[in-house]
Amino acid sequence: MNTTAKEPVWIPVSTVSEFPEDGGVCAKVYGEQIAIFHFSSRNEWYACENKCPHTGDMVLARGMIGDSQGEPKVACPMHKKSFSLRTGACISGEEYTVKTYPVHIEDGTVYIGIEDPGTQG
Amino acid sequence: MKRKLVILGNGMVGHRFAEKIAEYGGTEKFEVTILGEEPRRAYDRVHLSEYFTNRSADSLYLSPSDWYRTNGIRLLLSEPAISIDTVSRKVTTSAGTELPFDELVVATGSSAFVPNFEGVDKQGVFVYRTIEDLEKIMSYAKQVSKVAVLGGGLLGLEAAKAVLDMGKESHVVEFASRLMPRQLDEAASSVLKSKIESLGVRIHLNKETKHALGDSSFQGLEFVDGSVLEVEMLIVSAGIRPRDELAKNSGIEVGQRGGIIVDDELRTNVYGVYAIGEVALHKGMIYGLVAPGYEMAEILAYNLCSPGQKTKSYAGSDLSTKLKLIGVDVASFGDALGQTEHLPIAYTNPRTGVYKKLVLSPDGKKLKGGILVGDADAYSTLLTLYLNNVELPAEPESLIVGTPSEEGSAFGSLPDDAKICSCNNVSKGDLLGAIRSGSCSDLKGLKECTKAGTGCGGCIPQMNSILKEELRAQGKVVTEHVCEHFKYSRQELFQIAKVKGIRSFEEMIRTHGMGNGCEVCKPAVASIIASIYNEPIQKHREIQDTNDKYLANIQRGGTYSVVPRIPGGEITPDKLIVIGQIAKKYDLYCKITGGQRIDLLGARMDQLPDIWKDLVEEGFESGHAYGKAMRTVKSCVGSTWCRYGVQDSTAFAIRIEERYRGIRAPHKLKSAVSGCIRECAEARGKDFGIIATEKGWNLYVGGNGGVNPKHAILLAADLDEETCVKYIDRFMMFYIRTADKLVRTSAWLEQLEGGIEYLKDVVINDRLGINKALEEEMDNLVGTYVCEWKDVVDDPEKQKRYKHFINSEDSDPTVRFIEERGQKRPVDWPKKELVSN
Repeated sequence: MNTTAKEPVWIPVSTVSEFPEDGGVCAKVYGEQIAIFHFSSRNEWYACENKCPHTGDMVLARGMIGDSQGEPKVACPMHKKSFSLRTGACISGEEYTVKTYPVHIEDGTVYIGIEDPGTQG
Repeated sequence: MKRKLVILGNGMVGHRFAEKIAEYGGTEKFEVTILGEEPRRAYDRVHLSEYFTNRSADSLYLSPSDWYRTNGIRLLLSEPAISIDTVSRKVTTSAGTELPFDELVVATGSSAFVPNFEGVDKQGVFVYRTIEDLEKIMSYAKQVSKVAVLGGGLLGLEAAKAVLDMGKESHVVEFASRLMPRQLDEAASSVLKSKIESLGVRIHLNKETKHALGDSSFQGLEFVDGSVLEVEMLIVSAGIRPRDELAKNSGIEVGQRGGIIVDDELRTNVYGVYAIGEVALHKGMIYGLVAPGYEMAEILAYNLCSPGQKTKSYAGSDLSTKLKLIGVDVASFGDALGQTEHLPIAYTNPRTGVYKKLVLSPDGKKLKGGILVGDADAYSTLLTLYLNNVELPAEPESLIVGTPSEEGSAFGSLPDDAKICSCNNVSKGDLLGAIRSGSCSDLKGLKECTKAGTGCGGCIPQMNSILKEELRAQGKVVTEHVCEHFKYSRQELFQIAKVKGIRSFEEMIRTHGMGNGCEVCKPAVASIIASIYNEPIQKHREIQDTNDKYLANIQRGGTYSVVPRIPGGEITPDKLIVIGQIAKKYDLYCKITGGQRIDLLGARMDQLPDIWKDLVEEGFESGHAYGKAMRTVKSCVGSTWCRYGVQDSTAFAIRIEERYRGIRAPHKLKSAVSGCIRECAEARGKDFGIIATEKGWNLYVGGNGGVNPKHAILLAADLDEETCVKYIDRFMMFYIRTADKLVRTSAWLEQLEGGIEYLKDVVINDRLGINKALEEEMDNLVGTYVCEWKDVVDDPEKQKRYKHFINSEDSDPTVRFIEERGQKRPVDWPKKELVSN
């Protein structure tokens, strides 16, 4: 598959120690609300938009994380629709998807990769 | 003198209409003119992709070159109409010709819908609609090696195959989560997908295009999810848009989302003007298939040629399609996606790539639709049964699998048409049908396959018991595994936690589970640990369900409601005033709840610790309105005020509520105490209810309101207060120990072997010899109670988790309220626009 990710701009958000283990928080990145999840049990980080695509409420960071057949996911706290944190696809089979973002950790700081922040105000 | 009939559009439908006019003798009556935009006469657009290989328009033409002349019909090619004057009743063509009309038939069809993303106008982007489009595609394709088709519908997949046949790398990009989203369900799409992929076409689902890459020429697509597809050419086949612009500009009424509005006789709002085919909007539907257009053409031609006789009406078409889609049989008919109440039966064979689904009427007697992938031999039989509404054989599954099953008759007390999931309109019969089809043998599968339980989730316990009952009836081993991460039931996990002294989720999953857990097992284990050790649940914050995690109920807008405990519903004027003052301070909406408490709604997450602090300072504690825990004990005024009351129900209710406050259970628990048999507190609608008698108290268990209201059953009569409390201790702990996750006492009692008699034997006669242990466990829970709000109010570290942003002090700027009846309420959710091609 020649589907490749473009190199994003990395925005520092907070230090690793501020994040709950195996949980999520919401960060404000250039006016966007981004949910960031720390899978400490597998030492992985994921990020997606904070908005529930079904209700429009800014709640995904408050959802419970886990896995489905190994696929990292978050369950929306509103109606438990599960989203893959790798692809943003709705694992419960709905046609909703969420936008995902790359996460990068360096020197204890959590960075979110976004595209061209200049245009996002 | 002949009347003048003008047909706009020489596509498949316009041509068919002309043919029918000729067939019905209409050319005697009408002077017919037909206008076409393309340089060639009508051809078969459905088989357009054949043009890629044979390059012959001749084989696609719908009629011989002299057909129009022979039939006395005037055909103008490369000369579309550019305006319609509905007042002086004439059409002007691009060549300036003016054509007066008595009757006008608009059959302008549709154009390719091109999504409006940045760069869609680059060189190398094509639509797939006409022979001319194909010419351009083939010419440009010479210089490229990788081509993507945007759109995974019928036409898109055809185009992708054509690309493959040209020897290019072929990709299909689809916005929806499945191929042919209008015709196929998830399972059918996945079978089709693997078939097509095995041919070498690469499929990308769930891809929303953000913009095109490349400078002047197209170099690929970037999607909203950040991924990129590098291809040198794009063929857009993402759906259609009706060509209604002429109508729109001339006062002919069109629908909000396009299409000329027609009635059952295909008339527009302008007298003598009709629309047929893909430009027509009939009862809110635009048909993107040729068959409905042909049907319309036939009906209109008949009506125009036979005045005075009874006219024919167009009743809408079914969307049946059968195609040999790039070597794979695909058929879909009727209500294939099961959009109305139905009973689905499905058969999947991943090995052979066959998927067959029947959509039956809920009673299983009529066929409403179906899907066939990989083997469409049964299509015509099924279509006949469907179109003629024929009663089906007793075992309709034999129509697709050939081997009749012998299962039948009644399961449980509910009739099959009993609605289980109201959100998605799924009946018990639907669930049984899905289970019997074999395609779902667990709750997750059942949810996917029927959609039941995917709305509010209130029906999940009932779905679970129907599932188990049906699997047992089939003689299958029923696994009560909590989820994919634990091969144990809740009861087993409870015993493991207790015996091995496990006090955290991490320990539990590391020693007895696998993976990372999920939203099912995490709260289940959290509840078990809380029921055994009664630690403040914030200690295990990340495994709590959202309401427990934030100690408040999440509501619309992502805001929370706060419910302070008001034991027995008794409250002093001072405390009542305090609640009002706090509500005013934080601008909260107030409502008396169904359980004699006061709900304060509309709190933002970041406000919760402050609100609790104010409440705790005034002597309130958490009402646990959020937890799968003991909540409220309702009461009437009893013998202290009521002229009928025989016992002091208020005092007893307060005692009960304070004893059991906050105790975690498999599900929420509610109680009530009534002061006499008049039952003003509705105690028998509760998990345990107490009703005063002349001699003492009657204890009832296993009742509830909610989804399936159930009256509680008498456990013991005429008890003194101490004995009553003792029995409640035992009953509650026995339930907490043994019930499955999210099962309320009513369902638990129903499933308990031996039922109420067995429960009496356990609780009253100590049949299992565990009552001392149960009482001690309850005493321990009662003795270790801590208000969960206070736990947060006293701990600045815990309060940090209530900030909306980790990196900003701002609150959520998207939370919005409007005013209603003098208080605020959240704005409504946006209506979901179904976006798919």
